[in-house]
Amino acid sequence: MNARLQKPATMVSLRVRVDRTLCQGHARCVVLAPELFEADEFGGGREIGDGGVPSDLENKAWLAKANCPEFAIDVERLGETA
Amino acid sequence: MSSRAPVADWASDFDHRDPDWVEDPFPIWDELRQKCPIAHTDRFSGVYFPSRYDDIRAIAYDPEHFSSRRLFVREGRPPLPRTPPITSDPPAHRDERKTLLPPFAPAAVQKLEPLARAICRELLERLTNRSECDGAVDYAQEIPARLTARMLGISEDSGDRFRKWIHEFFELSVTDPAIAERVVAEVRDFFKQEIAKRHAAPGDDLVSYLINARIEGRPLDENEISGILRLLLFAGIDTTWSAIGASLWHLATHADDRRWLVAEPELIPTAVEEFLRAYAPVTMGREIVKETDINGCHFKEGEMVMLAFGAANRDPAVFPDADRVIIDRAENRHAAFGLGIHRCIGSTLARMEMRVALEEWLGKFPDFTLTPGAVVKWSMGTVRGPRQLPITFPK
Repeated sequence: MNARLQKPATMVSLRVRVDRTLCQGHARCVVLAPELFEADEFGGGREIGDGGVPSDLENKAWLAKANCPEFAIDVERLGETA
Repeated sequence: MSSRAPVADWASDFDHRDPDWVEDPFPIWDELRQKCPIAHTDRFSGVYFPSRYDDIRAIAYDPEHFSSRRLFVREGRPPLPRTPPITSDPPAHRDERKTLLPPFAPAAVQKLEPLARAICRELLERLTNRSECDGAVDYAQEIPARLTARMLGISEDSGDRFRKWIHEFFELSVTDPAIAERVVAEVRDFFKQEIAKRHAAPGDDLVSYLINARIEGRPLDENEISGILRLLLFAGIDTTWSAIGASLWHLATHADDRRWLVAEPELIPTAVEEFLRAYAPVTMGREIVKETDINGCHFKEGEMVMLAFGAANRDPAVFPDADRVIIDRAENRHAAFGLGIHRCIGSTLARMEMRVALEEWLGKFPDFTLTPGAVVKWSMGTVRGPRQLPITFPK
């Protein structure tokens, strides 16, 4: 959880997605990566917008995935953009 | 407990009321995980005990064979009224649960944080100038009891009555099912009066919320509302109290971790997750309603299964250094709040209460230890936590 200085948020090379059929509302992703995930009125998690992860938030995307008790979070690597 | 036969062998004769299990279950669970990952006992009319994460997870995900209609392992099978949605199975479970989710979603819980903080501060204020206290009685148990009372629109001094019911239901009734039936009747009468009061004068509280709630478009009847309220009362207090108490116990016995959190309070949310993993308070039962096999073990219809989420959380196959409490453990997908469709509905609330309780305590009392020579007593039954936690504040 140590905030590390990283390169500026320009490139998007990861996308997060919550599988709503698996999510049970533990809300770990919402707490660990509030820039990437939000809760609906029933507490279910969902990615914000299209789930694109600014490069300075990649750690948080992986952290959210690693802490989801239901294995409901997918982190997809987008095609080479560089 | 002295009237019961001593346990001959944990794998084939376990008893969750055994004094060794109550005091320190972790070595027993470790032994089972290595030698006989799914234990069984003929006690309590037959109970299975999976000790590995994968097996506990598989059962939690399988309501077709493992029903929630009976949740507690105790002598006898007293007929108890339902407390939806925790006692429900699919398909009814889904809509019942959905009705109850919004008041426990993150946005709603965030609004309760100032109240939780005020409760903690008031409790700590009473301890000013004291050289010792009981961390379980004077602090941990009071936080969820008072917050739950406020959420239900009931005066905070109902706490004593709540605790008496909870102790009788979770601990005493394990060997005397008649106690469970009596407590349920008392709680039902209590909530009937509260429901009547709220019909006359609605408020911003959970009783009023349930009166106005709908399941599949229809209002809930009085028995359903009363059952849900009983669930909120029983599930929200004992558990959170145990989790806060176990966290304080850890910090009282691990000065390095205590000093670390005092120096870096922003680590408290991460530490809370580790306390939940290592000291997960809750063990839930399932009734086997259709025989099946899991991991080579045959589960007989009609018997019970105990899902000790704390045992799943100590499985080294999933959690490196599982028996070590590492308060900055970053990857921690523990199962303290259950897995699958019955994930604890109050998990966000409980986490908030734990975080606020520790923030406030450490802010006021950065230095404390267990009282030398005093005895820590752990609860017996399906919710594990310290019930007596003598703490000394050094001068």
